[in-house]
This record gives sequence, structure tokens and C-alpha cells, in this order.
Amino acid sequence: MILIDNLKFGYSEQQILSISRMEIKESEHLLILGNSGSGKTTLLHILGGLLSPKAGKVLIGETDLYGLSGSQRDKYRGQNIGLVFQKAHLISALSVQDNLLLTQYLSGTAQDKGRVHEVLTELNLGDKMTKKVRQLSQGEQQRVTIARALLNRPRVILADEPTASLDDHNAEVVLNMLKAQAEKYQASLIIATHDQRVKDQFDLQLNLHAL
Amino acid sequence: MNLFSLSWNYIKSKPLNTVLNVLLMSLGIAIILVLLLLNSQLEENLGKNKRGIDLVVGAKGSPLQLILANVYHIDFPTGNIKLKEAKTLVRNRLIKSAIPLALGDNYRGFRIVGTNHDYVNLYQGEVEAGEMWKNNLDVTLGANVAKRLSLKVGDEFFGAHGMSVSDLEHDEASYHVIGILAASGSVLDNLILTNIESVWQVHDHEEEEGEEEHEHGEEPVLGSAYKTGFPEGDEDAEITSMLVQFRSAMGAVQLPRMINANTNMQAASPAFETQRLFSLLGVGVNMIRSFAYIIIIISGLSIFISLYNSLKDRKYDLAIMRSLGASRSKLFVHVIIEGVIITLLGGLFGFVLGHALVEILAGYYEKSEEVGITGLVFVNQELIVLLLSIGVGIVSALLPAFSAYRTDISKVLAQD
Repeated sequence: MILIDNLKFGYSEQQILSISRMEIKESEHLLILGNSGSGKTTLLHILGGLLSPKAGKVLIGETDLYGLSGSQRDKYRGQNIGLVFQKAHLISALSVQDNLLLTQYLSGTAQDKGRVHEVLTELNLGDKMTKKVRQLSQGEQQRVTIARALLNRPRVILADEPTASLDDHNAEVVLNMLKAQAEKYQASLIIATHDQRVKDQFDLQLNLHAL
Repeated sequence: MNLFSLSWNYIKSKPLNTVLNVLLMSLGIAIILVLLLLNSQLEENLGKNKRGIDLVVGAKGSPLQLILANVYHIDFPTGNIKLKEAKTLVRNRLIKSAIPLALGDNYRGFRIVGTNHDYVNLYQGEVEAGEMWKNNLDVTLGANVAKRLSLKVGDEFFGAHGMSVSDLEHDEASYHVIGILAASGSVLDNLILTNIESVWQVHDHEEEEGEEEHEHGEEPVLGSAYKTGFPEGDEDAEITSMLVQFRSAMGAVQLPRMINANTNMQAASPAFETQRLFSLLGVGVNMIRSFAYIIIIISGLSIFISLYNSLKDRKYDLAIMRSLGASRSKLFVHVIIEGVIITLLGGLFGFVLGHALVEILAGYYEKSEEVGITGLVFVNQELIVLLLSIGVGIVSALLPAFSAYRTDISKVLAQD
């Protein structure tokens, strides 16, 4: 599903990241571990098409992510990759529903309120549709970002420290949701974290060390 | 959800900022519109009323006053000229036609003008009710006069001496309304027209008080020149002025000099004097206009600053939007739209405000109706003003939009 081939990344002379070959199959989950500064976020951004590597290829299915033009890559990301971040970066000027409609609009898929409602209900947010983002709790906001990531039925879900700013209970809820949803959509789930609470739940783990 | 409603939601989320920017913009636009409306209407009406008049000949004094009094009927006359001299002048081969005017009286603020039918034809005036005056002391009213004073054909009234309402009435001879003109948008609308002899007659009464009072109510006397030309008058007969049309361009060169140098009369060109009036007014108008442009520039600056500041808080939003599939150019357009919405709102609000202001001003000053000022008229240049407001929005949003365009998603998102 995801194939990393001879990937290199670094700033000027300094090499930060180097992965010769790695494959993640469909429905497989990967945990990227490592201390801060080890390049977890960098790798995740490269996988998400947010950051161009210095050398190497990232293939998602048949698509060579960095063979696409900038705007093609933006579009591809919008339609095939779901991103979840440590903080719930939602558009605070909009309601929960509008945040998700915006996601559909920006990715170029049809705006479908039914689908929005469906995803929100799956994540127990059905009653928060018309609420402003600011009126939600931290955990709820993070759940909305998961809803946002799942909205376009992505093939890959990338989560960067999704549990770091949540308490134990919410962390577990969010993690279970991510796993359950990834399974439901048969998407590959890749989580970058240094959160000990997450570690035991994944078989496939990649440990990054600062080079 | 689309870029427009996205921008709109951002604007709504900062109401105070938005109100300030919209107000500034609308103020600038409103001032420019007021000037534009006043200027264009004044110019149009002044132009319309001086059409067909090449030269005004009257008593010596201020040439501008001569024009304002005899063409536009807003100033006091400079004095009178001898009928005999005027008649002599008209024989000059450079003069194609001349319309005599006798001013001096009013009825409740509306001027009574002694003249002939040529004067009505000059402005393409048409009779709406009754007929044109023929007999002395018969009058035909301008549309506005009839409306405002609720006069109708068959009514009688006494004129008052002078040009303003409070003056003494001539209660010896009454005018008889015989016709009403259709509204023409020219000075005719605000005038009471009659024979020059009527004006003389009313004034003679005053001088020979009592003696000829028995003549009242006698057979109406047909005016000696109600259709065209000059009336027959005695040695002392006077008129206020005459409106001259040249036979050829040569007249413009020779006549004014000849009249001003060789006669007791003065010649003034309406075209030249209104030009002079506008250049006098122009200084003030230009200053106010510059002031308005400064306000617009400040509003543009204020929009720029608030967009720029808000984009600092919104860099995560922008990065997220990029990560959700928005292209760089989409974010660029998103920010531009935000600027344009604010200035367009300001422009539209200013548009309403400007027209309302002119309409209120027009209602407040009675004179403005005579000059034909109204806020309910739209001129083409207003579209340019609206375009200007869109332009200001684009320009002030350009830099913030460009920085949105250049958002480095990975860098911003890694900064958690």
C-alpha cells in the first residue's frame, strides 16, 4: 500500500532521515516511535505529501507522491490521506459541520451533509453538528479532527501525536476510534508518537533514532 | 461551503474589526459620491440652462452675477439697461437673435420674468395646461411654481417687489394665471412668465399710485411683442437684460469687446462665467475629494493591517486547509476575497450613504430643488467608484494573500 524507497531527508548537509526500503500493506498499522527531534514528524509529513524529501520515492498504491505537481499533490492528499495532529487544528470561525463541509470542498469532493452527519455520528458527535468549534472540549475537538480525516474515506491515515494533549481516558477513546475507523475503511494507519500509552497496542513499530 | 462563505465566516468572526473597516471605506466612498453627484448634476443643469445662449447683455457689474441672475435666476440682477440701447444693439449684423428679460418681481419667492415666447422655446418648454401668455398681466407658470404654490389656470395673485418673499406686495395690479408649462428640468420650472409690459405696468402703478387705479379690470391689452422681439416702450423704458445668440463665431470675438467698451451695457459669456465658477468651486471640491481619497487609503491600510495580523493567528488554519487539499492559489484567492468583501461592503454602504446624504441635503436646502439636485439619480462614474472599492480590497489583501500563498505547511504544522 505504502512503499518507501531509498528515502532521504535533511537540511543542507545534515542528514536527518534515511530509510532504504519499507512497505506498509493495506489495513496494516504502523507505529513510528522515537524521541522528539528524531524525525517522526518529518517522516509523517513526507508520507503525507507535505514535505518534499531530498531523495527517494513515496508510493501510495500506484501513485508516486512526489512525481505529482504541487497542486496535484494537494488534491491527492485531500482525497486519499487523512491527517490528525497533536492539537485539534480546526477552523474556529466555522461550526463543526462547516469544518467538515470545508474539507469536502477543499479536497474537491462533493459536499455531502449526509456523509458529514454519518461520520460525526460514528464518532459520537452527532449532536455537535451546529456547535462552534470553541464550544467543544479538547477531546471532542480531537474527535472532530478524526472525523475530518476520515471524511473522504482515505486510503492512509496519518496521525502525529494524536493523544499527546489528551488525558488517559480521552487518549484511549481516540486511539480506539482511530483503529476502529482505519479497519472500517481498510486504510493504513500510521501513528507517530512518543506516548507510552500507545506503544503496546501496535505490532508493527518503527523506531527512529536521531542520526 | 466555498471560498466565499469561508471568507465571509472569517469576517463575521471579527465583527468589530469588520465594522471599523467597512465604516472607514464607506465614509470615503460616500464623500466621493456626494461630490460626484453634486458636481455632475450641477454641471448638467448649468449646462442645460445655458444652452443656446451665447452672450448675456445687461447692466454693468459683476459678469458672474449677470449670468447667475439672468440665466440661472439665482442671483440678484446687476441693474437695468435702456430698452432703446438694447434695440439699437440688436440691429448689429453679428446678432442672430436676442430675447429680452425684465426681472424685478416675485411671487412667494418665485421670480416673475417679463419676456417673450422665444424664451420658452429656448428651453423647449411645452404648455401642459391652458395656454401661453399673450395679454399684459397674463402669466404662464413653470411646473414647479404651480405645484408648490398650488396655483391653477384661472387663479389670480399679486406680485411682490424684489426677489425675496418678504417684500411688499404690489396690491394694485393682479396677475392672471392663463397657462402652466410641463416640467422640463430647466429654469422654466421655477419661473412665472409674462410680457415685459406686464412688469412695466405693475411698476408704473407703483409710481403713479392711485391715479390710474380705475383702469383695473378693464379690457385686457395684447402685448406688443409677446411672441418674439422687443416690446414698444417709451423713452425711459428699461429691461434687465437680453440673451443673445450669435450669427457666427465672429460674434464671440467682436461683440463682447464692442459692448463693454462702447456702451453703458455689459456683455458676459455664460460658458466662460460658469467655467470660472467651477474653477472657483473646484479648489474646495478638490480639497474635499483629496480628503476622501485619504480616508479610502487609510481604510485600505487598516484592512491590510487587520488581514495581516489575523493571518498570523490563522497560519495554522491556512496550513490545515493546505493539508486538506487546498492548493496555494486557492488560499491566495481566499484572502483576496476577504479583502474584497470588506471593501465591497464599504462601497455599497457608502453608495447608499452618499445618495441618502445628497437627498437629505437636497431636501434641507430649498434652493437645491431649483438647481435640480436630487439623491435619486445615478451617474456612470459611480460604477467606477464601486470598482475602485473592489480595487482597494484587492490591493490591501495582496500582501497578506501572498504570504498565505507561501505558507509552508510542514513547518507550521511541526511547530506544535
